[in-house]
Amino acid sequence: MASQIDQQQVKHVAELAKLEFNDAELAKFTPQLGSIIDMFEELQAQNTDGVEPMYSPTDRVNVMREDVAVKSNEREALLKNAPDTEGGLIKVPAIMDDESEDGE
Amino acid sequence: MKFNETDLTQLHEDLQTKKISAKELTKAAFDRIKETDDDVKAFITLNEDEALKRAEAIDNEGIAADKLLAGVPLAVKDNIVTKGLKTTAASKMLENFTPIYDATVIEKLNAQDFINVGKTNLDEFAMGGSTENSAFFTTHNPWDLTRVPGGSSGGSAAAVAAGDVIGALGTDTGGSIRMPSSYNNVVGLKPTYGRVSRWGAIAFGSSFDQIGWITNSVKNNALLTEIISGQDDHDMTSSDRQVPNWAASLNENTNVKGLRIAVPKEYLDEGIQPGVRAVINNALKHFEELGAIIDTDVSMPHTKYGVPAYYILASSEASSNLQRYDGIRYGFRAPDAKTLEEVYVKSRTQGFGDEVKRRIMLGTFSLSAGFYDAYFNKAAKIRTLIAQDFANVLKDHDLIMGPTGANPAFEIGSEIADPKTMYMNDILTVPVNMAGLPAMSLPAGFDNGLPVGLHIIGKAFDEQTIYNAGYVFEQTTDFHKQMPKLGGQD
Repeated sequence: MASQIDQQQVKHVAELAKLEFNDAELAKFTPQLGSIIDMFEELQAQNTDGVEPMYSPTDRVNVMREDVAVKSNEREALLKNAPDTEGGLIKVPAIMDDESEDGE
Repeated sequence: MKFNETDLTQLHEDLQTKKISAKELTKAAFDRIKETDDDVKAFITLNEDEALKRAEAIDNEGIAADKLLAGVPLAVKDNIVTKGLKTTAASKMLENFTPIYDATVIEKLNAQDFINVGKTNLDEFAMGGSTENSAFFTTHNPWDLTRVPGGSSGGSAAAVAAGDVIGALGTDTGGSIRMPSSYNNVVGLKPTYGRVSRWGAIAFGSSFDQIGWITNSVKNNALLTEIISGQDDHDMTSSDRQVPNWAASLNENTNVKGLRIAVPKEYLDEGIQPGVRAVINNALKHFEELGAIIDTDVSMPHTKYGVPAYYILASSEASSNLQRYDGIRYGFRAPDAKTLEEVYVKSRTQGFGDEVKRRIMLGTFSLSAGFYDAYFNKAAKIRTLIAQDFANVLKDHDLIMGPTGANPAFEIGSEIADPKTMYMNDILTVPVNMAGLPAMSLPAGFDNGLPVGLHIIGKAFDEQTIYNAGYVFEQTTDFHKQMPKLGGQD
């Protein structure tokens, strides 16, 4: 298992996370992440054979509640937080990555 | 007026008997904030106009006897959503975000007619231990303005230390209530996981996050925590256990005789600064003199794995929780994004700060194909071992004690370039969140004039024993009475 992470891997993980780093940032982040991942490697020293993983400290399972319909009319307030709107809808750029003219 | 020594019960009585009005009190809070906040910078948003209006309305309605918080000014960490009041999580991503609903804790406080004076600074999305990761500015420690207030609830702790308010809400994912409380000589309690609804706390690590109070005293903390606790349909991890009236048993009869206190050897090892160790040893001696039984022959062997395991798990949860910031429905959208993919990538790249990006990267990496078993799942198994360490010790002890932090507040700028060193500061606080236990940081003394906090860890849902021990310590010492020299005379 690689204990170091290289710039190529950082680029790949950034892609998965929908982030982008320029060359200067890659040069800064790669060794930082590398030294933290080296610290993660310390866990390998501990034998965990037969140990169950713990994902949450909660002791609650399958919590149910009544399914009650509630009226809400918060459209205006919600849209106020949207970066771009038109005609009461949230506006986004063209979804197709189209090389031809998309005429808007 | 400074709120450093104000007792909530007394204040409530003074409000009821009209010795002071809610409006006068609220004005006094803002006067104090104006006196201190140019230096301290605890607040991102002040709610002055709304707060004064609200106080006036409460005065007109009259202070209800059953509403302890009626007319009482308090502050709220800016990662807890407040309807109609900007909530930023100290991120450029949410710089202009106005929530359309209140967090459950805010609803509960509103039902008590509290006065929200404003939203306090934090590390962006609560990721960090110094508030230096705030996208807007760094909060300064009132005890020494060249030092950090700790984090991530640094604004809340600094506001209480500065005497701006009796209490301020914080959140604690890996120590974010307790560490700044330690650095600021105030009381901070992270309740048991599930004690307080997380609905409306901007999600970071959902299996770790917990809301709690930073206050000027143990009893005020107990009173305030009771009010925000309890089951909530909006948070299925919130517990339906009964919420005790913790403060009711904090009185002259409270004692620690026969209390079994464990001090694991890992909590006072060579990594702890000598000045801090001395303060904690004195505190333990004090408990012993009061009749408690101190057991130092205790080991929690997996403590050293707490930081790496925590940073894998909490970052993994963060990378998932922060996927929602896509530049579409709310939050920052990059102005130069021309395609949908660019909206995602450019908005996130420009909207998040470096520390948030590091956590997202670490989490995405730990969860990615080929690394999931070696990192995420390994850390989840280590989490089991850490929880077992606590269970083993708490089987025949009532509390675990040690320092909250290995050192007092450090200089602003001294650690920010080295994320790993910054992460290692959390070595004594993160294991508690791994296991979901309640824990408090309590003023215990000073190292070269800087506050040192005593860390008191209890059994799940046994906040009472922590409060009892904290109360007795506070009543028999005067560390909590010392205040930073700051803004204005009195």
